[in-house]
Amino acid sequence: MKRILIALTFLLFGTYANADCNIKSGSINILANDFPALRTLVETASECKGKADFKVTHSAEHNKIAVPALTANPSEFSVRVAANSSIVPLMNADLIRPMNDLVKKYGKGIQDSQLITIDGKVMAVAFMANTQHLYVRTDVLKENGIAIPKTYEEVVAASEKIRAAGKMKYPYAAAYKAGWNLAEEFVNMYIGHGGEFFKAGSAKPNINNAKGIATLNMLKQLADLSNPDHLTHDSEAIKVEWEAGNVAIMTLWASRSGTLLDDDGDAKITAATKLVAPATVGGGNIPAATLWWDGFTLAKNRSDADAEASFRAMAHAASSKEMVAKAADQAVWLVEGFVPGPKSVGVIEAVKMGAKPYPMLPQMGLMHGALGSEIVEFLQGNESAEQALKDVEAAYMTKAKEQGFL
Amino acid sequence: MPNRSFFWFFLPAGLAMILFIGLPIISTGVQSFYAQHDQILVEVKKCDPFGCKVSVVVDQEATSKVRDEKPLGKFNGFGTYIDRNHLAVDQVSEFWDESKSIGDFINKVGNLPFYKALVFTLTYCVFVTPCVLLLGFIIALSLNAISRKIRGPLIFGTILPMIVTPLVGSLVLFWMIDAEGIIGANLQMLMNDPYLSLKSSKTLMWITIIIYGIWHHSPFAFVVFYAALQTVPQEPLEASIIDGASRFQRVKHIVLPHIYPVVTFVALISLMDNFRVFEPIIGFSAEGSAQSLSWLIYDNLVNEEVILFGSAAATSIMTIVGISIILAPVLIRTWREFKTNR
Repeated sequence: MKRILIALTFLLFGTYANADCNIKSGSINILANDFPALRTLVETASECKGKADFKVTHSAEHNKIAVPALTANPSEFSVRVAANSSIVPLMNADLIRPMNDLVKKYGKGIQDSQLITIDGKVMAVAFMANTQHLYVRTDVLKENGIAIPKTYEEVVAASEKIRAAGKMKYPYAAAYKAGWNLAEEFVNMYIGHGGEFFKAGSAKPNINNAKGIATLNMLKQLADLSNPDHLTHDSEAIKVEWEAGNVAIMTLWASRSGTLLDDDGDAKITAATKLVAPATVGGGNIPAATLWWDGFTLAKNRSDADAEASFRAMAHAASSKEMVAKAADQAVWLVEGFVPGPKSVGVIEAVKMGAKPYPMLPQMGLMHGALGSEIVEFLQGNESAEQALKDVEAAYMTKAKEQGFL
Repeated sequence: MPNRSFFWFFLPAGLAMILFIGLPIISTGVQSFYAQHDQILVEVKKCDPFGCKVSVVVDQEATSKVRDEKPLGKFNGFGTYIDRNHLAVDQVSEFWDESKSIGDFINKVGNLPFYKALVFTLTYCVFVTPCVLLLGFIIALSLNAISRKIRGPLIFGTILPMIVTPLVGSLVLFWMIDAEGIIGANLQMLMNDPYLSLKSSKTLMWITIIIYGIWHHSPFAFVVFYAALQTVPQEPLEASIIDGASRFQRVKHIVLPHIYPVVTFVALISLMDNFRVFEPIIGFSAEGSAQSLSWLIYDNLVNEEVILFGSAAATSIMTIVGISIILAPVLIRTWREFKTNR
């Protein structure tokens, strides 16, 4: 009993020792996606929770929970870690609060470039950047005398060569899972072709054109070089394929590189894995990729005390030079003091090449949803590209009308 | 039971039903007639780590004013029901005019989301329900004929598919049919086609889901039939054996008529269950090749970053109508029998 008491006292002291933000009350409850960098960030935030109640939910299904959970009053979560696409539904439904005064009061270490502002109102504080770029197996490329591909046309040629050499059956991989993932691939490729999703100044769709068709054809060529089950493969599944040595060229999120390059798995594959710039397509000069930021937002339907406690804990993490130094290989941190390492190559190159950010438009979620379900049949070979694009536009228009955008 | 005592006996359950099933259905029905207000967009300057840009956002002040006035949204009548993502009245008539042949017309209609889902749902019902009835009945008959000593463990083994959670059951099968899985890889070898994928072929995926459905639902039919078989009177069976009736004749003329009401019951329940097929589609990640009505509702509610309440409500109501239509013949028949028996 005595020992337990001593242990408990130590534990208490332990937490006090870390509590350098001096939060006296309130409760913090965080909803976030599940990948290593976000876990690190949340852990750093919890270091300074002080006397506040601290809870966190890491879930790959975060998108499905966010809107309902934040609509409740008081809302389940006080903090939602969002990205440029997932902040839109929160703003559409007015579920997050501006935090200008909190930034002024407690956001000393936060850089101006980290602030996401809408008409001057700070709606989110970004802490990391992300994009999808190429990963290559240098040993396989070298063996077949292939240079590191710079365009998707070169990716196709290289994959065909590897397949013809009998080295691999399915040399290319990307997250083509029907739904959100597949739509994201379309978005990247369409932007790479220089496409615009909506007619200028309106919410009318604008994808049924030559650029859209070229996008679909490129996706189909790449899909034919991937595992035949590609329509069920998400980022996690293709990572497994890569670690199993089945893939030589892959398009994957920068944020996923951490676990791909750790000590688990075949050391030979890990050593030969190289992160390179995102590819361009169709002779374009901007990469077929979108830039993303991950940041935290504060729920509107929560007390001011909770918002304050949450902001202080999150701001501590989003400005922690210590965390950035310790977890330098987990993400491309936007925090001051970050020194980019070899794993940041993809994002840094993408920015240099002038990649566009994912469109933060109120109606983009509907377009993304329509793409995810309507281009599947084209990839299965059951439909023409024109018909698929026509279906996407029609499905989008119906949804947009119901939502009052058209 | 006298009507009075039945009323008091049924009251708590009835109240709970109204509260937890009746009212939500009514509210869903009301919701399905409404759409979101017209979005009021304003141009603003948006800044993020990658730069600043003039773009649009929803004007919250103006929107909340409209929302407070009419929280349900904009009245849309049957607008949602007849739009392209549901009954698609306009599109269907347009296809009818421009199609050269019936096949062409059916193809075009089958490409619309609601009809696509309806076709899969009905196919699933049509194949799974009779197979479940037949298989359940055969298993029940065989087990009933087996020595009592080993019957216990066998019964347990038979109802195992029902005990296994649908999602887990379908996930196990999902991994087995993977291109690298035991069934998938062997099929590739057998067919001598390294690009064969159960998961990417629509037909093969449908067959897989249907087989899974039969596997999962048969134990239910079996349990009910097995219980019913215990009530079959022995005397007529013995008499028919003396008369020289074969096993098949005994089943056809004595056992089946005796358990007929139970068969109707099982058919009813399976039809209802199968019409709401959902879990296997998620478990198999088969969204690409197979969509059911329940999946459409799920898609509208969670898959989009924007939740489409009106769409989901309309599909829900149409699913309820669909189930009522499918069950109508069986229900009418049961009602008639009930009346003649009195």
